Amino acid sequence: MKKAITVNVNGTAHHDEVEPRMLLVHYIRDVLGLTGTHVGCETSICGACTVLVDGQSVKSCTMFAIQADGASITTIEGLAANGELHPVQEGFWEQHGLQCGYCTPGMIMAATQILNRNPNPSEEEIRHGLEGNLCRCTGYQHIVEAVQYAARKMSGQAAD
Amino acid sequence: MSYVGKRVKRTEDPRLIQGLGHYVDDIKLPDTLYVAFLRSMYAHARITSIDTSEAAHAPGVVAVYTGKDVASKIGPVPCAAALPDLKVPDYRVLATDHVVFVGQPIAAVVATDRYAARDAIDLIMVDYEELPAVVDVEEAAKGGPLVYEEYGDNIAYKLTSGEGDIEAAMQQADRIVKQRMVHQRLAPIAMEPRGVLARYLPGEQELTIWSSTQIPHLLRTQLALMIGIPENKLRVITPEVGGGFGSKLNVYAEEALLGWISMQLGKPVKWIETRRENIQATIHGRGQVGEIEVGVKNDGTITGLRYNVYADLGAYHQLLTPAIPTLTGLMLSGAYKIPAIQMNVTGVFTNKMATDAYRGAGRPEATYVVERIMDVVAAELGMDPVEVRRKNFPAPSEFPFKTATGLFYDSGNYEAALTRALEMSDYANLREEQRKARDEGRLIGIGVSSYVEICALGPSQAMPAGGWESATVRIEPTGKVTVLTGASPHGQGQETSFAQIVADQLGVALEDVTVIHGDTSIVQYGIGTFGSRATAVGGTAVYYAVEKLKEKASKIAAHMLGADAAGIVFKEGKFSKQAARAASAAAEVPQPDVPVGQAPAGALPEPEPEGKQISIQEIALAAHIAREIPPGMEPGLSATHFFEPTNFTFPFGTHIVAVEVDRETGEIKFLRYVAVDDCGKVINPLLVDGQVHGGIVQSIGQAMYEEVVYDEQGQLVTGTLMDYAVPKAAMIPQMETDRTETPTPVNPMGVKGVGEAGTIGATPAIVNAIVDALAPLGVRHLDMPIKPENVWRIINAQA
Repeated sequence: MKKAITVNVNGTAHHDEVEPRMLLVHYIRDVLGLTGTHVGCETSICGACTVLVDGQSVKSCTMFAIQADGASITTIEGLAANGELHPVQEGFWEQHGLQCGYCTPGMIMAATQILNRNPNPSEEEIRHGLEGNLCRCTGYQHIVEAVQYAARKMSGQAAD
Repeated sequence: MSYVGKRVKRTEDPRLIQGLGHYVDDIKLPDTLYVAFLRSMYAHARITSIDTSEAAHAPGVVAVYTGKDVASKIGPVPCAAALPDLKVPDYRVLATDHVVFVGQPIAAVVATDRYAARDAIDLIMVDYEELPAVVDVEEAAKGGPLVYEEYGDNIAYKLTSGEGDIEAAMQQADRIVKQRMVHQRLAPIAMEPRGVLARYLPGEQELTIWSSTQIPHLLRTQLALMIGIPENKLRVITPEVGGGFGSKLNVYAEEALLGWISMQLGKPVKWIETRRENIQATIHGRGQVGEIEVGVKNDGTITGLRYNVYADLGAYHQLLTPAIPTLTGLMLSGAYKIPAIQMNVTGVFTNKMATDAYRGAGRPEATYVVERIMDVVAAELGMDPVEVRRKNFPAPSEFPFKTATGLFYDSGNYEAALTRALEMSDYANLREEQRKARDEGRLIGIGVSSYVEICALGPSQAMPAGGWESATVRIEPTGKVTVLTGASPHGQGQETSFAQIVADQLGVALEDVTVIHGDTSIVQYGIGTFGSRATAVGGTAVYYAVEKLKEKASKIAAHMLGADAAGIVFKEGKFSKQAARAASAAAEVPQPDVPVGQAPAGALPEPEPEGKQISIQEIALAAHIAREIPPGMEPGLSATHFFEPTNFTFPFGTHIVAVEVDRETGEIKFLRYVAVDDCGKVINPLLVDGQVHGGIVQSIGQAMYEEVVYDEQGQLVTGTLMDYAVPKAAMIPQMETDRTETPTPVNPMGVKGVGEAGTIGATPAIVNAIVDALAPLGVRHLDMPIKPENVWRIINAQA
């Protein structure tokens, strides 16, 4: 029995009828066609599916779409504004914070939340904040540097 | 403008950081059907019946296939490794009456959406008659239950390799040092699981397969043979590939099945691997249990080395399964002069998923046993581990250096990399700190590993199926440059690094170069990306293709400028006549091959341009309009090169690690991680750092966290990422990296490859450090993964 939901995704309101068991990540990917949010495990360990739900980072593979009824969601596609990359996206590019790119959208969303909560995190705080996101390519060092770059940029310092 | 050698930001990244790239599951075709697999729940069983009738009538289900439906239609999963007397089980894409590991596919359900396909799996009734499983590799080798009754034992092959008189070498030694070592099974865990989308067009009779693979062309050839479609009617596309690490250097049952099913139904079909399936039924790596033995003089000189090893192959052969341990045999000389080497390997069937190439593929196993035994030797002789290594290094003047494993190391300066690592880590001071800490009862350890790896795989004579690589470079009429590479990058960044090479050679802007890969209908036949080969072999093919293209462009330029081809100079992207003096000199002296960005030794002063200049991009337009080209010349401006390397390359380096062990908890904390790697000439240092970091962290995973565990019945215990411990950001130290640069003579750019250095060099350095920390407790060796619990038990057994 399908249920009607209304969800605002990246500033656009969507009204859809979905099966109650449909995962939020499948709603985002398969119904809305926003495929930047990835699935890397089914156990909410890897974080490739991380999106922001009402400003909180959420693993969208462990939430049903109907639980997001009435919520405001930001996915990786909604992060850049007016054709300009978000500072975290820019940091990942500048510091080589990605290789295969599969974990990257989730990693960027998680990093965005870290900086929203703490504009000037230490290296240790960044590493701790990223514990819910796995990367198999980079060894994390360039990811940490990408977040540090974004922190500088967002606080108005010279990023380089 | 010069790009080679600079930290150029990747051109791949803008799409990836905005979520705009397309991995297999991101490709949406109308009317796509979804496939789910029923997999064996037993490690070893006979299937007495399969009833699919309920599943076939479930909502949304379009078709259900079992082994009987496909046995005569789809050929077996191929193994490309040829070894003497190798037993090759007939491994079918769906099991019929016998399953040999947990996760083996038994039936495929096709449905209108992925939820319906998954639901219907539970409606298939399979009757199993469980058989005893054999899980432990040594038990399997020495007897135990048989994986295949018809073979009479579990031995897939036995092989002895190496050169020199090993018995005499051992007799010359003052002592023999032996150690049993276990190299546990690992799961590669590319963050993107495997996935396949197949679309058959009945009208055109063309099948397109999008697959998350490292080898599009090899896959096309193998799938064409498996499912019986002409190879020129089959197109394989690798869209974005979310990591491979060797796990996608393969031909899998699911790839063939999806193609075949699409041909039956005339519709697109998609299967995306779940992580549980990924850990069950995507290849594992490593899995060796052996005893390493060296003969050693009292001054630390190694006289001979023997490695007797059981290789845990799993239940059947994937593409290269039995060949992986042979790479171990090749690299047993490590960074040392060892006159006699022998490896005796027994490849053993067990009721587990097949092992195959995982980042390093047989070489980490060799480096690990060699670098661990060097530390055991040092401990027995009371020498510093650094001195034992130095004692046995070949000098730079001894290259090309022949090993007793039959290789010629191309170039090397092992002492230089070691010295740099000692400087960076302030080794003498570290040892002093360790001494003080030990006096206080603290457990600090220092580990050193001086590794050599074999890269740029490889000369075709030494490879199962072609070791060359291909490239086509063309300049379009508008001056934009298109590069088609047979390599298949999946995160390594060659869209950028190959563009750097080409932009420098042609004197054009980086933005004007586009690198295309991973589509068999667009790109000429290629081999793919694995074995740290893409830049050293594939990049070299690109280099030579550009040189050919420039030669043609030069002739067109000469024609347009009214000069001899020999009297033309090419500088910063523009052709012109040479100034008179330089022209006559150049005509007399042949120009040697010049690596990118380098002047050859003793080169003539660079010829000076004179008069009118024509850019190579203008030449491209002229070549296509074809009114101003020399009579008889083919129009267009394109060149293809297939590069066959004459040798492998042998990067090397030294990693130094310092750790402290917590006596209360057994936890291991990194104090320093220093890595000095020499991968020859570097195209893009940013990318090299990324490769080194990622490899080291996979090594940390192996040394301290990761292990594929099966229980005694062959059930997979580590079936999810909750149980299989991939390192997280907070587990990882800051890595301090540097490089020495010893170019290879094997290719004109002097590049060696760096993709696997981390997983090869780092693992023994970490274990050496932990063992060194525990040495005061009498520890001489520990098997991986070294978890706090193991360490805690050792500490408390002493107390």
